[in-house]
Amino acid sequence: MDAIKGVVHIFGDNIDTDQIYPGRYLELTEPQDIAKHAMEGADEAFPSKVTPGDIIVAGKNFGCGSSREHAVITLLAAGVKAVIAKSFARIFYRNAINRGLCVVEIPDLDLSKIQDGLSVSVDVREGRAAFSNSYEARFVPFSEHILEIFEAGGVIPLYKSKTEER
Amino acid sequence: MHALEKLLLAKASGKSSVKTGEIVEAEVDLAEVNDLYLQVIKSFYEMGGKKVAHPERVAFVFDHYSPPPTIKAADNQKQMREFCEKMGINMLYDIGEGVCHQLLAESGLVGPGKVVIETDSHTTTLGALGSFATGVGATDLAIILLTGRLWFKVPSIVNINLDGKPPFPVMAKDVILHVLGKLKQDAAIYQAIEFTGSTLSSMEMDERFVLCNMSVEMGAKTAYIQPDEITFGFLEAMGAKREDFDVLTTDEDFAYSIVHNIDVGDLKPQIALPGSVDNVTNVEEVEGTPVTQVFIGTCTGGRLNDIKVASEILKGKSVAKNVRCIVIPASKKVFKDALKLGYVQTLIDAGAVFVTPGCGPCLGAHEGVLAPGDVCVSTSSRNFPGRMGSTQASIYIASPATAAASAIIGRITDPRKIL
Repeated sequence: MDAIKGVVHIFGDNIDTDQIYPGRYLELTEPQDIAKHAMEGADEAFPSKVTPGDIIVAGKNFGCGSSREHAVITLLAAGVKAVIAKSFARIFYRNAINRGLCVVEIPDLDLSKIQDGLSVSVDVREGRAAFSNSYEARFVPFSEHILEIFEAGGVIPLYKSKTEER
Repeated sequence: MHALEKLLLAKASGKSSVKTGEIVEAEVDLAEVNDLYLQVIKSFYEMGGKKVAHPERVAFVFDHYSPPPTIKAADNQKQMREFCEKMGINMLYDIGEGVCHQLLAESGLVGPGKVVIETDSHTTTLGALGSFATGVGATDLAIILLTGRLWFKVPSIVNINLDGKPPFPVMAKDVILHVLGKLKQDAAIYQAIEFTGSTLSSMEMDERFVLCNMSVEMGAKTAYIQPDEITFGFLEAMGAKREDFDVLTTDEDFAYSIVHNIDVGDLKPQIALPGSVDNVTNVEEVEGTPVTQVFIGTCTGGRLNDIKVASEILKGKSVAKNVRCIVIPASKKVFKDALKLGYVQTLIDAGAVFVTPGCGPCLGAHEGVLAPGDVCVSTSSRNFPGRMGSTQASIYIASPATAAASAIIGRITDPRKIL
């Protein structure tokens, strides 16, 4: 898996799933509709300013709250390539891996050294996030199990190939 | 080993032991899909699914949009009904039956030794019956439909030991809010919480469910209470038999990742301030704040005991003029029991509005969403900005006793002043 590069959008601690994707839009099922409300609860302007390949950087407990997979689908459909955070809520983390959204946990990430608009290069094999202001953070590289899912593009293509083998 | 580890081990074939952090693939006894998750069916077909591995172990529940407020929600439910029909899934709880966690608790299928997975974060509720119960997203649930199994990381386990019996009208909701206020919302990320202590010995299941339900607000993967006579009393009342379940016990030398000893013997009514469920204080600290809506309901605060307490407080009194007081029983059974016992009559006489069993306005979909500037005291579990509608509304999370007292006065009120 090659390094992922993108422009940074900063968010704080405990960004919950209602901020990532408000509950009132849960009846929507098409990714292009779901994308229109990405991060709306935290920053109403986000859907208009996000561009494909951007990367979210946040504090602790990103994705806490509900189990809605919309929270991952909205970010992917809006073009977000990766989320870097000090820690993630469990269901969001699983959903992200399952759908191939790169989630990087860096417990000692120093948010005071990062601003909106910087770019970052994330290497999940090396466990290294290098920001364009030369701040660099290290993390535990992805396990083979998780790399396999990412390289397949998520569990859906992975299981599809398994189902076809049977 | 911990009872939860033994439980996962028993469901994961071909292993002799499991340890914290290890990934196990476990057999799922019961999987439930709610009506927000048409994506489950989409993912199932996208993965090449043709037939559900164990249709008799799958339930669908229409609770978040019950009955559906929009064409889209109605169409999602229609597609789910068709899927159930096609796949031979008979456990379809259609609109009005209630909230998934309460329905599964009442089903008699959930209890000690079972692995229960639902597409809802509050699945931790069912750990109060001695199950390994956790929420997942749509694609994970689709994998269960396809294979009957799912992988889990064996969690480390946090022990919350509660001591003392708080005096009425302090409820389990006050206890768990107090715990959340102390330990904060990232206290147990990716861990399990086991509740123990003298507080539990006098706590009925309706109250125990509240502790496990809100454990997810601390990031917990699951919550657990060791089954006892209270557990089996409940299960037998739901038509289940003791021999249907395996009670596993924790070895004496088991090491918890951390033990929190919390004394709740003198606890006062608690309330979470708008924006964050771990920003908790005594109700008396915010008394007098004007309220426009009171909501008594949900998988956290809509059980029979909750409605009973609310009716005791509102009996012979009236909801204040500028307050909408919405009551939603957690299930049809709760509704019928509350009718039989006269609680519904009492609450309606006091000016409360009843809505069909389901999730109601908890997630901001319908049946009482908030306008900008609204102030709501809710017995639900979350008060993130915009959770119940406008991001400009304020949501206070409290017990049914505090909610009912606040409805009478029209301002946040300590229920001890009403009784």
